[in-house]
Amino acid sequence: MKYYDKLIFELSRPGRKGYELPADEYGKDAMSAIPSELMRGTEAELPEVSELDVVRHYTNLSMKNFGVDTGFYPLGSCTMKYNPKINEEIAAMPQFTQLHPLQDEKGVQGALELYYNLQQALANIAGLYEFTLNPYAGAHGELTGLMVMRQYHLSRGDEKRTKVIVPNSAHGTNPASAMVAGLEVVEVKSKPNGSIDVEDLKPLLDDTVAGIMMTNPNTLGMFETEIMEIAALVHEAGGLLYYDGANLNPLLGKVRPGDMGFDIMHINLHKTFSTPHGGGGPGSGPVGVVEHLAKFLPNPRVRKNADGSFSIESDGESLGSVSSFLGNFGVMMKAYAYILTLGRENLKNVGPLATLNANYIKESLKDDYLLPIDGVCKHEFVFDGLKDKSTGVTTLNVAKRLLDYGFHAPTIYFPLLFHESMMIEPTETESVETLDEFIDVMHKVAAEARETPEDVKNAPLTTIVRKLDETTAAKNPVLTYRQLKSAAEK
Amino acid sequence: MPHTDSDIRRMLDKIGVDTIDDLYADVPQEVIFREDYDIPSAMSEIELRKHFEALGEKNRRLTVFGGCGVYDHYSPSAVAHLLGRSEFYTAYTPYQPEISQGTLTYIFEYQSIISELTGMEATNASMYDGATAAAEAMFMMVASAKKKNRVVLSATLLDQVIRVVRTYGKFHGVEVTVVPEKDGVSDFEAIMAEVEKGDVAGVIVPVPNKYGIIEDYTGWAEAIHGAKGYMAMYADPSALAVLRTPAEWGADVACGDGQTLGMPMSFGGPYLGFISCGKGMLRKMPGRVVGATKDADGKRAFVLTLQAREQHIRREKATSNICSNQSLMALYATIYVSLMGKSGMVEVNRLSCDGAHYLYDRLIESGKFEAAFPGKPFLKEFVVKTELDVEALNARLLEHGIMGGVNLGDGRVEFAVTEKRTKEEIDRLVALLTA
Repeated sequence: MKYYDKLIFELSRPGRKGYELPADEYGKDAMSAIPSELMRGTEAELPEVSELDVVRHYTNLSMKNFGVDTGFYPLGSCTMKYNPKINEEIAAMPQFTQLHPLQDEKGVQGALELYYNLQQALANIAGLYEFTLNPYAGAHGELTGLMVMRQYHLSRGDEKRTKVIVPNSAHGTNPASAMVAGLEVVEVKSKPNGSIDVEDLKPLLDDTVAGIMMTNPNTLGMFETEIMEIAALVHEAGGLLYYDGANLNPLLGKVRPGDMGFDIMHINLHKTFSTPHGGGGPGSGPVGVVEHLAKFLPNPRVRKNADGSFSIESDGESLGSVSSFLGNFGVMMKAYAYILTLGRENLKNVGPLATLNANYIKESLKDDYLLPIDGVCKHEFVFDGLKDKSTGVTTLNVAKRLLDYGFHAPTIYFPLLFHESMMIEPTETESVETLDEFIDVMHKVAAEARETPEDVKNAPLTTIVRKLDETTAAKNPVLTYRQLKSAAEK
Repeated sequence: MPHTDSDIRRMLDKIGVDTIDDLYADVPQEVIFREDYDIPSAMSEIELRKHFEALGEKNRRLTVFGGCGVYDHYSPSAVAHLLGRSEFYTAYTPYQPEISQGTLTYIFEYQSIISELTGMEATNASMYDGATAAAEAMFMMVASAKKKNRVVLSATLLDQVIRVVRTYGKFHGVEVTVVPEKDGVSDFEAIMAEVEKGDVAGVIVPVPNKYGIIEDYTGWAEAIHGAKGYMAMYADPSALAVLRTPAEWGADVACGDGQTLGMPMSFGGPYLGFISCGKGMLRKMPGRVVGATKDADGKRAFVLTLQAREQHIRREKATSNICSNQSLMALYATIYVSLMGKSGMVEVNRLSCDGAHYLYDRLIESGKFEAAFPGKPFLKEFVVKTELDVEALNARLLEHGIMGGVNLGDGRVEFAVTEKRTKEEIDRLVALLTA
């Protein structure tokens, strides 16, 4: 594609317009009567462009992006599955998008029914008692879940439980969410296979522990086989188990977190339930809990009444509110449409086929890439870079070279357990042909690393921009068009 | 799922197992789920559409005169069309900048636009919503003010904002003091009395406030800064195209909800939260930030920057646990503001303001409503008092397909008017209210 290098501000011409509004028929200029000291002193320098300018500009920008619709995303821990088109259309239905969150409950019964049914479906899929859909994202769900954990202990007058145990292999949001929730993080060691070291866990479990945060399968894609023992130990010590739903996908149809002893969890609707990632959001991070914790979930809540109608309520024992209203409703609509499309018959195949795809790639590539932990994985697995370390080609080099071949990179340098981590998660929506193409390219890159290593080290070579100077960007931040313009003038 | 039986056989052979179940052999048998999920049977697209249409029929689309933080503004057709480009909405967070320049460029534009509206130097890539952005603004002030662990909120902030800030404060260990209003506006003396106690990191006040009133903050920043506190403002970004900006008032942080930038009301979300600050507080700012840079060939390009503040690097020492933004909604805001442009953003406010004042004047004229806060300036939203039964009035309006003003209790009702409302709709509303 021809390189397009404009900002919307650079298309701006004084007096150009891209909108039409009705004539002001009120006959009185009320805005001019507002005291001038309450009004802006200078105009905002906003773009002045035509509608066609805007349409061409953003169409051109879109062509500088890679998405699931463009190509394969083997991005570990991100579950980049296909986002069915019908879900977008349904979420755009004006019967839902034009509802004001404070309008009378009588006029939003359809929306509340959908919200309630999705809560129920998630509770059943998770093996838990009740869900709130209010949290806006995975990290927000973690924070909300940890607030539930603390509220539970505080409600029992147990104020000394201020520690949360987090594996050293956990996603960075786990300890960060704990910090925001006012909890102190205690790390538990992982064994070489990434599983929690139960012997290291035991001495940590005292009466200051609020609970433990875990993913299962863990960040290496390995199932925590000692989960029942861990659950028993944590519960005996008076703590709760939090399940980070980032890795839920392989369990669909196979295992329910509630059945493993987890008390609280969040689900990333934008991973497991196929709502698009949107370039970073909006997502949705529903939180589910066992029965005795349900009263602590955040307000507002959606309840079904005896007469079959639905209402919005607030509960006195709730931890409080974490969102303005009922969360990202538009995202919930897509997730609910996804669940109904797959239905009872097919949703249960998601986990097994995601696991099949991951193992197929792993077995096909372990001749060229170093597999530190052999054995069956679940939805994802981790290579520790290329097997042949003599070439000097790093995981970063391989990742960037993949961009040249039209694939997204895997998640790299995470988890921190290995120096050259390369985390691959294909999801169940990819066909074996796509996986084979990816496998071929990965083999080709491994061959290049041996034969023409400079091509790999200088990658990407064919993308519309090449390696970026990130150091200068951080040292002298230029964060707005105004700053860019004044930097150029200097 | 595209797998045929023969695909599955070939893949299992490659892996060296007999059945897919063998891939779960390591899972303790007692946790294997052997039942069916209790969810409906699979639906075709035809059935799915009918299902959602039936649900939709249980909702009422109304002519909206309610506000309280969410407004029925108009969004030009081109916004939704461009947002439907799947290169935008099916993309991941732009960790691979070489193939994410589309996302990174629009976030840079978004940051520029919000910075123009707030008057501040820096804006992050967006937050979940206005209320959580206010909570993060609280954390920024506490992190910047050493050893001060209290934040003061004006009671004239939106109720949903106060609720969320209180929750975040309670768990994080920040004391939140809400100072009661005085005649519908923030009480300067009472707030300063708190700040002068010396343990207050900062103050959060609204522009405009929850009653629609444009408050006068003359002298506030000087007084708060003089007492070694920070000042954050919770603002309506659409209104900032015409109102005095947080920067002009001397605020250190600006935050708020982007819903007013043409976003559908969507029963409460998705919207976006924004947060802006001066360069001095930049490294305390949560969330993603995009900066300009150059590539290996010297071409201008954009990249996520200042990541040393963030959770995936700093873990429990990060400024926040935020690891995403409302990226697609930031694109929404960017395209909306680009289309409306410099003059359109002013015109939207003028039409809304003139319509709101027209409704206000008609209600007062009727003799059945009186001003709740006489003489206080407002833009698109206001509160009136009445002896009439507000619940009954709103029920009657609902029968006529109208969402009336939000009932604040004690005979007070809050109306909002946007550029989407017509004089005819307002006349009809007034006729129904005063019949």
